[in-house]
Amino acid sequence: MNSNIAANIRTQRLASLIPMLSQMIPDHAILSEPEQLKAYECDAFTTMRQMPLLTVLPDTIEQVQHVMRCCHALDIPVVARGAGTGLTAGSMPVENGVLLGMNKFDKIHDIDLHNRSAWIDPGVRNQAVSDATAPYNLYFAPDPSSQLACSVGGNVAENAGGVHCLKYGLTVHNILELDVITIEGERITIGGQALDAAGYDLLALMTGSEGLLGIIVGIRVKLLAKPASARVLLAAFATIEDAGNAIAEIIGAGIIPAGLEMIDQKGIQAIEALMHAGYPVNAAAVVICELDGSVKEVEDELNSVLTILHRLNASDIQISTNEAESKRIWAARKAAFPALACLAPDNYVMDGTIPRRALAQVWTKINLLADEYQLLVVNVFHAGDGNMHPSILFDSSDEDQHKRATELGTRILELCVQVGGTISGEHGIGLEKINQMCLQFTNNEISQFHALKSAFDSKALLNPGKQIPTLARCTEFHSMHIHNGEMPFPHLERF
Amino acid sequence: MLSVQPPAITARTLAEQISAAYEQKSSLIITGGNSKAFYGRHTKGFELSIAGYSGILNYEPSELVITARAGTPLKEIEELLAEHGQMLGFEPPSFSDTATLGGTIACGISGPRRPYAGAVRDFVLGATIINGKGDILKFGGQVMKNVAGYDVSRLMTGALGTLGVLLDISLKVIPKPAVEETRILPYDHQQMSTLLSTLGRQPIPLSATYLHKNLLYVRFSGAKAGVVSAAENIGGDVLRQADLFWHQLKEQRLPYFNQDRSLWRVSLPPNAPCVPDLIVDTESVTEWGGAQRWVYPKDTNALQQWASDNGGHASYFRNRPDANNCQVSSNDTNGSSFSPLSPALLTLSKRIKHSFDPHNILNPGRLYADL
Repeated sequence: MNSNIAANIRTQRLASLIPMLSQMIPDHAILSEPEQLKAYECDAFTTMRQMPLLTVLPDTIEQVQHVMRCCHALDIPVVARGAGTGLTAGSMPVENGVLLGMNKFDKIHDIDLHNRSAWIDPGVRNQAVSDATAPYNLYFAPDPSSQLACSVGGNVAENAGGVHCLKYGLTVHNILELDVITIEGERITIGGQALDAAGYDLLALMTGSEGLLGIIVGIRVKLLAKPASARVLLAAFATIEDAGNAIAEIIGAGIIPAGLEMIDQKGIQAIEALMHAGYPVNAAAVVICELDGSVKEVEDELNSVLTILHRLNASDIQISTNEAESKRIWAARKAAFPALACLAPDNYVMDGTIPRRALAQVWTKINLLADEYQLLVVNVFHAGDGNMHPSILFDSSDEDQHKRATELGTRILELCVQVGGTISGEHGIGLEKINQMCLQFTNNEISQFHALKSAFDSKALLNPGKQIPTLARCTEFHSMHIHNGEMPFPHLERF
Repeated sequence: MLSVQPPAITARTLAEQISAAYEQKSSLIITGGNSKAFYGRHTKGFELSIAGYSGILNYEPSELVITARAGTPLKEIEELLAEHGQMLGFEPPSFSDTATLGGTIACGISGPRRPYAGAVRDFVLGATIINGKGDILKFGGQVMKNVAGYDVSRLMTGALGTLGVLLDISLKVIPKPAVEETRILPYDHQQMSTLLSTLGRQPIPLSATYLHKNLLYVRFSGAKAGVVSAAENIGGDVLRQADLFWHQLKEQRLPYFNQDRSLWRVSLPPNAPCVPDLIVDTESVTEWGGAQRWVYPKDTNALQQWASDNGGHASYFRNRPDANNCQVSSNDTNGSSFSPLSPALLTLSKRIKHSFDPHNILNPGRLYADL
């Protein structure tokens, strides 16, 4: 937008909005100084930034309702944000819009032991739920890698997963009820304490909707009993094919591991250099497999998995015998991304998911593409779910490298879609991957998404411009894409 | 490898029929095997049968995913999975051999394993649908993790065809448990609640419960070691022919379900109290660790109010199971089958319906009068 026009809009909006907000929101909860707003200009996808018009930090549901009513009345966009750990610019502010920080909603209100559930605020950290319920031998299963910091409201907005969702499901499988404030400021309850609710399954629809349909102000999470025993096993393979076959055979044998991960050689070497965890640096790939259940069950499954691994020529097999050893193996895996930061200044982490059967094929093809674009790509991923995280390493200060990295990312996601997969397994779309939505969905499908969005938010004020691209944007993306992938204006942050 | 036969009717033909109905604003009644014709409200229109749109499109056991056309008989899917030691985790009732996959998803009814393994919608990974304008649309996929766009495929479960006609559906499947054992205990409702509340906080391989006339049936499923130890700890008598029992429960062929009265389903938080005798027959059946009750109400309004007061909802389910291809004479299905939605939710639901089906031609009124 022309900067003069934007500045005028900003002035007008501030003049009308602040007095209106102040009727119910204390001054200290309305941030308007540039130095205050700076902290809110991006999420964990830091290459995209936008200063908000205002940041509002409500601490009651009534205040959230008031913010929504004000913004609805004045046609001002609203972007909700939790801990800001999202990886796709999903909670990046929009120009001249309000940033609604939900951090003050950080209480666990009720732990219902009989029904194995807890009623919590959206700003509660993921790990805090499991910590609070651990004394009762219960935990909250979704475990995104950022679980120490990320908020459960954000988990719901993104339908976050993690290592354990192969066996225990994503966020959508582990919540029972939501309190949501609509753009008009109305409070609605979706789902309930029972296992289902009357009418459409709006709980599934809200989960993963990236803040485009409503503001989550309360969540009833499902709690699971902690398994009695868990063992982690790490095995090295000389070929990617054998590692891929091991994944397929473990699942095909009727075993659902609590976690099933795979790392390629470059990933192993980067992790080992940082963590010194005893990973076999000469292997083409390692597979990490966690088995949980009763002690005897885990022993039986461990034996079955070992038989498969030996048959597929696995070597350097390490098996944890206690929690500390399990933690050592996992800590190294979870440090994969910091480890990659030692290799290059920038890391474009992809989040494509593919059917497991295509694993070796896609992996091989990614390596060929990496050669073609002359960039280093490291693969670390949730193999059990087929959720790949190829990391494209580059230096964003080099325009040509940046351009090649962006194009390569698109080619990789195209490949995922071609084999029956998806462009995002757990990170969401946000703004970062909005163009790639055009790879996966037809114009009719995108139109249906818009119609659905309109049912919730007819003025398109909730997190506008994210997740669902306009048809014009798709046309532009496709035409650029067809004409040999040359991106005009490479200095711009991908549109 | 599967050899995929072309369907008797194509997606294109179905889309053209819907497109024509959209132009003429004429209502369609979507049918499959008619096994659950009793479910939901009565509606009028031209029949759109998906029964000929049948066939399993993709299944590889190591993927834990099956993709099939909506008109595929549920039986065919279950038999193929069983050959490979796998099953549908939500243990759907079929109510007839004619039941189709599409009807199973559209009705969203889960069986005894639901609280422990998940509901229908938890297993839906992707769906191709036709909306009320005749557009063929694909959402989700064949992978476990997918967060691209709104989760429209799961929204289709339980929508009774009011949002779209299901075409192809991908479902997550699970390995069949190695071992199962069912124990019977002389417990009342309170004792059951106490027991299950304690068991729920332990890693016990519970997979189903049933309480009727102060007899509690508890099923364990999984690896042999875990099942044997859990069954020994809980005690009670071993139920012989347990598979048959749970099948009859799931298909509502136990004598309790064969009464000439209107059967209602009550969905509640697991530890909700017994439904008061004043409003239902005292001999109700309780499943899902207390979260699902089957009752014959004396006063349906009082039942819905009580369910709502206790954090749940109550819905008319059916008359006699063996009358399932007959028109139900009860007034229930001409009025409201399901618990009323709050005004805000109803308004939102109407807008959602409109976004998929602007001329209100797909099973209009099957779920609620306004949807």
